[in-house]
Amino acid sequence: MYKILQKQFLNPTVCKMVIDAPLIAKKAQPGQFVILRALEDSERIPLTISDYDKEKGTVTIIFQLVGESTSELSALCEGDEICDFAGPLGKPSNLDGLKKVVVVGGGVGCAIAYPVAKKLKENGCCVHSVIGFRNKDLVILKDEFEAASERLAVMTDDGSFGEKGLVTEALEALIEEGNQYDEVIAIGPLVMMKFVCKVTEKYGIKTTVSMNPVMVDGTGMCGGCRLTVDGKTQFACVDGPDFDGHKVDFDEAISRSSMYREFENRRREAFCNLMKKEAE
Amino acid sequence: MANMNPNKCPMPSQDPMVRNRNFSEVALGYTLEMAMEEAQRCLGCKHKPCIEGCPVLIDIPAFIAEVAKGDIKKAYEILSQQTSLPAVCGRVCPQETQCEGKCVRAIKGESVAIGRLERFVADWYRENCAEKPQPAKPNGKKVAVIGAGPTGLTCAGELAKKGYGVTVYEALHTAGGVLVYGIPEFRLPKDIVKYEIDNLKAMGVKIETNMVIGKILTIDELFEMGYGAVYIGSGAGLPKFMGIPGESLKGVYSANEYLTRVNLMKAYLPTSKTPIRKSHNVAVVGGGNVAMDAARSAKRLGAENVYIVYRRGMQELPARLEEIEHAQEEGIIFKLLTNPVEIIGDENGEVKAVKCVEMMLGEPDSSGRRRPVVKPDSEFVIDIDTMIMSIGTSPNPLISSTTEGLETDKWGCIVTNGDDGLTTRNAVYAGGDAVTGAATVILAMGAGKQAAAAIDKMLSGK
Repeated sequence: MYKILQKQFLNPTVCKMVIDAPLIAKKAQPGQFVILRALEDSERIPLTISDYDKEKGTVTIIFQLVGESTSELSALCEGDEICDFAGPLGKPSNLDGLKKVVVVGGGVGCAIAYPVAKKLKENGCCVHSVIGFRNKDLVILKDEFEAASERLAVMTDDGSFGEKGLVTEALEALIEEGNQYDEVIAIGPLVMMKFVCKVTEKYGIKTTVSMNPVMVDGTGMCGGCRLTVDGKTQFACVDGPDFDGHKVDFDEAISRSSMYREFENRRREAFCNLMKKEAE
Repeated sequence: MANMNPNKCPMPSQDPMVRNRNFSEVALGYTLEMAMEEAQRCLGCKHKPCIEGCPVLIDIPAFIAEVAKGDIKKAYEILSQQTSLPAVCGRVCPQETQCEGKCVRAIKGESVAIGRLERFVADWYRENCAEKPQPAKPNGKKVAVIGAGPTGLTCAGELAKKGYGVTVYEALHTAGGVLVYGIPEFRLPKDIVKYEIDNLKAMGVKIETNMVIGKILTIDELFEMGYGAVYIGSGAGLPKFMGIPGESLKGVYSANEYLTRVNLMKAYLPTSKTPIRKSHNVAVVGGGNVAMDAARSAKRLGAENVYIVYRRGMQELPARLEEIEHAQEEGIIFKLLTNPVEIIGDENGEVKAVKCVEMMLGEPDSSGRRRPVVKPDSEFVIDIDTMIMSIGTSPNPLISSTTEGLETDKWGCIVTNGDDGLTTRNAVYAGGDAVTGAATVILAMGAGKQAAAAIDKMLSGK
């Protein structure tokens, strides 16, 4: 069992937990993920490792409440234990030798983009960050990004915080200013990553994306997380989760990500109703 | 005087049209009377050909003789000397090509029902004897086993019997490997697997779940932790796909994913939090046991039409005979000499049909099986909403890619010296699907047993 040492809501639908998992913390690197089951009868879900402390033996996860599984997880309290927590899975992000990079984070994807920005800064890389959210209430990790970046642009869809607009607009502005980037690292919703790649393709800047498809085991057995990259089938759990964004078939990934949407919505509603009843 | 009935005592089973709507076990098992009657069909041959057919060398005539006498406890003890998973083997071994295939009674009539008797003995013992195995006297040496599937559990059990301190590292949240994620409840109830694993724990075997070796710990680190030897039984790996258009459509599964959702995650229960598609028309591509399991699971989940699409003929189906017969009885439709060439999707990216071609059998290929060739102008379309690919797997790279000096062949299978499973790394042994590619539970168990003997020999300096 894996104890929850700290729990905090970063915004109404995004929750951060620090988990006691010393063996995983010892091995974790940016870009890797864990598979967890909140309770004994829960679904297995993959979550990217958002931070880790090798000395304290802790792993931090940040997740958005999207379905029943994440709602169940968020209902656990400090001191409670997570039933299963396996990792660190996937290949670490390859950040070696990068001198100047734009890190683009979208929504809860910022939770994964942040450790990348932090690691790059530690490596002595010049980091420019662009983070985007739907509105002011959903902004997370702004101070952390500020500390890790030489420049930071915060974008909101409605202009309620930072600049009004999409992350792609801020990214393009940075490039147009004449900044020469070795790489763009984009982590966020599939649609955002797709359009970031469209922008960078135009300028010929290498772009790495972090894919988070449907997974069951997460260890290279089920094949549910397959993607088409450069015309070939790749498995996000063992070949990724980072891929060359210009080679990923995003339209296919977007279509596949909706495979269980109806089931998820139904289960989430049932879970919310249950919680409401319990509260009454 | 032996019972000279040329036929096996029939196995009581659930009615096919009832069972194809539930996940309870298909075969109900012999009664004591049936078992004793069947046991009397064994001639007790002096040369015991059946034992040669058994990968774990069970003394088959000896245990059957005890069943014939009605001493089931004694029969169980004889079984336990050679197998740590008798209730499993009695259910899932391909007996017709192993022990029963060598049975003298099969020359005229049917072989002795060795598998059914093994199952009976294991079930009887579980239901009637509360005794748990006792731990052996510790010999002070430690062995790490990677993977709690059939090969790892067998190796662990054999070593524990000899007093080794064994820890099994399992990547998933439950021990059992393919016995829990792959083989469905209706063929192998999970309570039985749990019972056999609890027995291993009673013998002192430690099982650590959620431990993905190669990631959380490397093999080198296991040695640093004081293990004298490591046995790799990490199993088959990533599913293969055909490489035809449409395999990324919504509704295309690998059999591994489909069965893992159904079995490990219990998606067949209405309370399950793991989703599975509600299908009406399902095509399963492949002809092995896994394909049969996937097809029969889909039928039980409510599909009206379930097709087995296989490019060769009935004779060439690699599945166990019993699974094929059960599938046919349950209404699975066999589209043999048929090969898919394209999966067709609708405007939402959902599977709506599969385009196939008819095949003919040509000259035998290198495997000795006649090679299927496409019949010209034979394209046709089957309407489906779900497609399950069951055409094999390629080995998992997590361990081989993180262990220096561990050689793999061109398919990614771990190279061993043959019988005792020693790899190209000192004190590292391997067996089961990680070495052979996808095979059977019993072959994996046989490999685990042989490796345990080799590990014992090495560590005890014999």
